Amino acid sequence: MARAQSNRRIAVMTIIGWTIGILMFFPIFWTAVAAFKTESDAYTLPQNFLTTPWTLENFAIVQERSDYVRYVVNTTLIVVLSTALALALAVPAAWSLAFTPVEKPTSRLSGRAWLAIMLGASGACFIVLYVNGWKVSNFFVGFGLLMLVVIPATIWVWTRNTPGTLLWMLSTKMMPPAGALIPIYLIFNRNGLVFADWGIVDLREFNLMDSLWGMVLLMTLLNLPIFIWMLFSYFKEIPVAILEAARMDGASLWNELFRVLMPMALPGIVSTCLLNIILTWNEAFWSLNLTNKNAAPLSFFISEYSSPEGQFWAKLSAASIMAITPILVIGWFSQRQLVRGLTFGAVK
Amino acid sequence: MKLAPLFLGAFAAMLASSVYAETTLTIATVNNGDMIRMQKLTDDFTASNPDIKLDWVTLEENDLRQKVTKDISTKGGQYDVLTIGMYETPIWGAKGWLVELTGLDDPADILPAVSGGLSANGKLYAAPFYGESSFVMYRKDLMAKAGLEMPDAPTWDFILDAAKKMTDRPNGVNGICLRGKAGWGENMAFIGSMANSFGARWFDENWKPQFDTAEWKDTLTTYLSIMKDAGPEGASGNGFSENLALFQSGKCGMWADATAAGSFVIDPKASQVAEHVGFTLAPDKGLGKRANWLWAWALAIPAGSQKVDAAQKFISWATSKHYADLVASKEGWANVPPGTRTSLYNNPEYLKVPFAKMTLESMNAADPTKPTVQPVPYTGVQFVAIPEFQGIGTKVGELFSAALAGQMSADDALAQAQQYTTDVMTKAGYIK
Repeated sequence: MARAQSNRRIAVMTIIGWTIGILMFFPIFWTAVAAFKTESDAYTLPQNFLTTPWTLENFAIVQERSDYVRYVVNTTLIVVLSTALALALAVPAAWSLAFTPVEKPTSRLSGRAWLAIMLGASGACFIVLYVNGWKVSNFFVGFGLLMLVVIPATIWVWTRNTPGTLLWMLSTKMMPPAGALIPIYLIFNRNGLVFADWGIVDLREFNLMDSLWGMVLLMTLLNLPIFIWMLFSYFKEIPVAILEAARMDGASLWNELFRVLMPMALPGIVSTCLLNIILTWNEAFWSLNLTNKNAAPLSFFISEYSSPEGQFWAKLSAASIMAITPILVIGWFSQRQLVRGLTFGAVK
Repeated sequence: MKLAPLFLGAFAAMLASSVYAETTLTIATVNNGDMIRMQKLTDDFTASNPDIKLDWVTLEENDLRQKVTKDISTKGGQYDVLTIGMYETPIWGAKGWLVELTGLDDPADILPAVSGGLSANGKLYAAPFYGESSFVMYRKDLMAKAGLEMPDAPTWDFILDAAKKMTDRPNGVNGICLRGKAGWGENMAFIGSMANSFGARWFDENWKPQFDTAEWKDTLTTYLSIMKDAGPEGASGNGFSENLALFQSGKCGMWADATAAGSFVIDPKASQVAEHVGFTLAPDKGLGKRANWLWAWALAIPAGSQKVDAAQKFISWATSKHYADLVASKEGWANVPPGTRTSLYNNPEYLKVPFAKMTLESMNAADPTKPTVQPVPYTGVQFVAIPEFQGIGTKVGELFSAALAGQMSADDALAQAQQYTTDVMTKAGYIK
């Protein structure tokens, strides 16, 4: 009786699971089918999934109109380099947060005092820039103004306790990207920099707009909080006694990090990297706003095939399939690692 | 001494490279069929201008508008040639963001309505690449079945009556398909043009919004009523593409939309009703204005470009009569960018294209400098050429789309539109 009830429950849960899975997969299925139809068939409602003639014409048109390989190369470079850079920054950060936690803030100043200091520094910069007509032509004045804003903010972050630091990192992901668009656009755009020509250094030479390095830097910074949080969770699972034993045996900090900690956390590091790869591969907002041609990734490539007028669903679907296929293949072969990464710490 | 020939060779190479120094033009453009076709035909331009290389940035219309606006307003200088519309050109031209165009191929040949919409302070700031108006596409077979004959210049009364008579919902036929999707370039392009023909206007001479007038109420209630009686289901989500699909699959008796749709609906490969399609002017109410809009995609040079001469050369080529001949020779007259030059419509070969005559008549029926029955302080037929209009048009479009979806009444939509527009115009300083 109990077994029959159990089997019935498993059957119901399986049906529900498959139904939800199919519903979630349906848009991708629709896109894949539309990619192989003519434009007029792609628009026909209700859709005939099996009876309409199949064609590869859309893929040929997309290939002819766009340099697909260039977009793939750009995307791959941005993904690989930003993941490597984020890893290099996140491992030491997560190590320090996990194994040398700070219980209380080390600064005696209150939150209000810090806010007043930072607002005061920003206000002073604003006044100097306003008086100078929003241009700074002296290196020392420009560098001084930059430090006036950066140093208090750095000290504030430096003196937080571990939970406060983690919360601050997470808070950087809370603002909608559109909220930061104009400042970041101006920083990327050489002519928008108020610190453009400092006499010794002309920052206009370092134009980040539509550059691979600009996108690598931005993607690194965007994903760094998630990177650090995930690695922090993995590192917390490793008993600190193992690291202490390594130290007792005379291991240097370098050896402790690379010969003891990282091999033990390798599954976590791999799943974190995979998640970062998927997030960066699919990123569209910043790519559409900050790239044009030289550094344009696959999300930009897809947007070339959308139009308010005319029939474009089949070509847009073909472009989408070409853009997502590489990441789907990577995701398929690494799904076990991904699931482990996403559910880590959920059940102990 | 032995190095002398080497230095001489290097010097000669430097001279040669400076003589043939390549100028790369970055061209931002929309991804419609005409623009894509131009990209394929640029060998003709580069053959006669080997020192100019063309780099294309092709984007969806709204993405392009955002990118180009950010670039030009911050003097970014990322692009040397921009594809912009009739809405932006007079605003940006007046602000000094665009370079005045000179040296175009026979500028007097450009349709007056189009050149008027692309000018500011009497100077032409963008060269039209293709222009469009709107007209009514209809099914001749369904019209005959309803016992009606479409006039060359129909009235709204006739269109409303025909739409009801052509509706055959059991067989999936809707009498009329109109835009319902929210957006200043979507439903408001149609409703704004319709309002002009009903005697309504966006603002009076003192920039006071006019949604509280009887003309606007008449416009909106007529639109909602006909869409309820003879429109397709879920019309509040339908834009150009959705209505095109409905018309091509035989589900619309009439469709009032862009003249650019003409080539799509008579294409037998894509349209199941290609052989039954007729074209006629947008309707009027006898007040002197028809419900048709006027739009042009045009090429302009941002003031931040360092390559103005090369950009002028390219724009002159792309908008020339020679380019029209080139397209005709390669892809046929039906694919020549329409609606820009008078000479095209004097060409007997082009006039054989079924929608050519009606496109010209529709474009001539729209005057962006005098778009409404009563006087207005703005230019633009289906839009108002002020920076605030994008936000206002989108918000009003959302309200009217919500009314079409049955989420609010026409009166509520108009009252909220009046309130919102008044607030924006007051904050912007138009209303003292």
